[in-house]
This record gives sequence, C-alpha cells and structure tokens, in this order.
Amino acid sequence: MIRLILLVAQKDLLIERRSRVLLWQVAPFGLMTLVLCGLAVGPNASTQAKLAPGLFYIVMTLVALLVINRTSQLEASRGTATSVQILGIDPGAVFLGKGLAMFFQLSIVGTALLAGTTVLLHVPLHAAILTLPVLLLATATLSLAGVLYGRIAASSANAGTLLPALALPAFAPVLIAGERAFSSLIAVGPLARWVWLLGVALGAYACVGLLLYGALEES
Amino acid sequence: MKKLTRRALGPLALASSVATFVMGYFITPPDKVQGELARLVYIHPAQAWVALYLSFGAATIASALYLWPRTRSMVADRVAASAVEVSTLFIGLTLLTGSIWGRPTWGVWWVWDARLTSTAVLGVLMLGYLALRRANDDPQVRAKRSAVFAILTAVNIPIIHFSVMWWTTLHQGATVFTENRHLKIHGSMAWTLLLSFIALSLDFAWMVRARYRIADREAGQRNSELDAALKARRTESAS
Repeated sequence: MIRLILLVAQKDLLIERRSRVLLWQVAPFGLMTLVLCGLAVGPNASTQAKLAPGLFYIVMTLVALLVINRTSQLEASRGTATSVQILGIDPGAVFLGKGLAMFFQLSIVGTALLAGTTVLLHVPLHAAILTLPVLLLATATLSLAGVLYGRIAASSANAGTLLPALALPAFAPVLIAGERAFSSLIAVGPLARWVWLLGVALGAYACVGLLLYGALEES
Repeated sequence: MKKLTRRALGPLALASSVATFVMGYFITPPDKVQGELARLVYIHPAQAWVALYLSFGAATIASALYLWPRTRSMVADRVAASAVEVSTLFIGLTLLTGSIWGRPTWGVWWVWDARLTSTAVLGVLMLGYLALRRANDDPQVRAKRSAVFAILTAVNIPIIHFSVMWWTTLHQGATVFTENRHLKIHGSMAWTLLLSFIALSLDFAWMVRARYRIADREAGQRNSELDAALKARRTESAS
C-alpha cells in the first residue's frame, strides 16, 4: 500500500516537475493575489497585520483550487481512469498518493506565500514561524478534500467552474480554523481548538476518501 | 393502504398547514417580551428542522443506499435529488424568516452568527449538489458522483457547525426545551409549535413525492425517446 501511495505521488510530482505549472503559473498567481490584497487593504501597517491571517488563507484557498483543478485534469485525460481500473490499483492508495503529491505542492507554495505575507503585510516573524505547523495541517486537509472534490468535478461539463462551487463552501472550516489559529499566534488567543478542528477535518476526509474514492473512480 | 396514504398525503399536508396558520396567527396570544414577532416561532424552527435534518437526512440515507451495491437503484438517486431540491428551498425560507426576525431584534438583516453562517454555507453546498447534477448527462455517473458529494457534505456538516460556532455566535439558545429537558413553551403556543413541525414535515413529504414523480417521468421520457431513435435507426439500416 505505502509503495503504491509513493508511486502515485511520484507520478504526479514528476508531471509537475516537467511541466513547471506550479512554479510559473500557480506561485505567481498567489503572490499577485497577495499584492492585490495589500493594495485593497491600504498602506496602514497595523490594519494589514490584523487582516493578514484572513487574507493569507483566502489566497491559499484560491491557490489550492488551481492545484486541484490541475491535478484532476491530469486524471481526466482519455484512458487514464480506465488504465488505473485495468491495473487493479487500490483506489485508497490512489487517493492517498494524489493527496500526498498535492500536499507537497501546496506546502511549497504555502510556505512561499507565508514568507510573502510576513514581508508584505507586516506579520511578526515569530507568529509566521509558529504558524507553519498549523499551515501544514491545513494544507494536508485541503489536499485530501481537494482530491475528492477534484474527482467529483472531473470530466463534468464546465469542470473548471463547477469545482469552486463544490469545494469552496467545504473549505470554509479550514479557512476559519487556519485564520483563527494564525490570529491567535499574532495576538494571544485560543489555539488548541482550531488545531483540533483541523485534525478532525483531516481525519474525516481521510476516512471518507478511503471509503468512497473507489466509487468515484468507477464513474 | 399504500394508495390511501399516497392520496391522503396532499390533503393532510394542506390541512395541517392551514391549521398551523390559523392557530399561529389568530388563536395563540402574542409573546410577553417579543409581541407579535414571536409568531415566527411557529414557522422558523419547523422550516429549519425540515431544511437541515429531515431533508438532508433523507438525502444522505438515499445516497448511502445508492452507493451500497446491494441496494443500488435509481429510485434512491431520485429520492436523494428530490430531497436536496426541497432542502434548498427550505434553507432559503429558513434564512429569509430568520432575517425577518433578526431585523427588528438585532437591528440588521444579517449577522455573522454561527447558525446563520453554517446554514448559508450548507445552502451553497446544496446549490453545488444541484449544479453537479446538471453537469453530468450520464445517469449512472451523475448518481454516483452526487451520492458521494451528499455523503461528503453530511460529514462536513458537524465540522462546519463547530467551526462557525467557535468563530462567533449571537443566535439564541434552544427555543423549545431548557438544558434540563423541561418545556420552555406552554399551552396553545406549544401545541401550535408541535403542529407546525408536523405540517412542514408533511409538506416536505408531499413535495419530495411530487418531485420524485416528475424525475421518474423525465427518465421514462428519455428512455422512450432513446428507444424511438434506436428503432428509427434500425429501420433506416434495414431499408
């Protein structure tokens, strides 16, 4: 199972390494959105720092949508799903493997965006460093949820516009928990409950994905 | 018996709805604190019960039945789709009546309150479900993806609920029972409230049944059109 998960993840990451979509399209989009957020908020440094956690997680969610769309497009190409079915690969391994690859990609972009947020929106450095583990947890949750929603929207008519309609409302808890945890690190507040919520969401998506990804692959 | 239940459902739903209106509007007294505004309690909690629990519960069970290979049938898929359509309508009505109550009570039409926000997010998820159904033409693909999406949404509901509850809340606590499970509402008010739950549950059942019948006929129409097209093609190739 672990070997299969790593193989699927390796395949997706190899495609990414060759196409460089993350580097040349997704990361610049994220940074540009962050700059636009800064422009929308105005030049007041304290206002920027106060709104930074929320803006950062909105940008992360938008970036996640791009990565999910890209990953699900790879699977939607003709014959891919049939090949996977014929090979008899465990759907659970495919789900976790794709989630792992997406987690890896989103973590890189997320870390770069966090550095950008720290510089552009005047976030205290200690809060940015301490929020990194929470960001990784939120990224893992977004990745597993993203694999499922991406598969649901894949091959449908207007999949590109359907995906945000399906996934964004479901990402709301991740956005709230991530933003609250980040804010708690900037100005002292409750942190444990938000980390716990992210953990529960991650567990729930992992269980549902392992149970139902096979049914999605059949369709 | 089945036929009788089927025939009685519509008149029962209508009669109980009319009775709720008459009792809620003319018979029950105005509230000591909230005055006439409290009459919304005879419609709003019952709408929320149908929108969030009854219809979504029905959709989730029907979706699970569809995904389970032994119970898989298009009946389950159509029931789930019908329940979600009705749920979307009731979510809209719940938000509308909540807003009408909130304006004079809180001074605004909308607040970023836990229950309002989670209900709105659920409403958007339901719209996503309906969009998903319209984006797939193949009935089997559509049914499978919609069923997974419905179950995924069901799993998400407690997470969404707790996230927005911890985030911020303004909404009042339980309306009917105290923390010790004692009734907070009495006499004609309590009976009208109970009647409103029965009336709206019957309305829900009638609407789902009507929507299911439409979906069933649409599927029958599609199949007969396909059969006719195949027959025409066979005749064409034979001649």
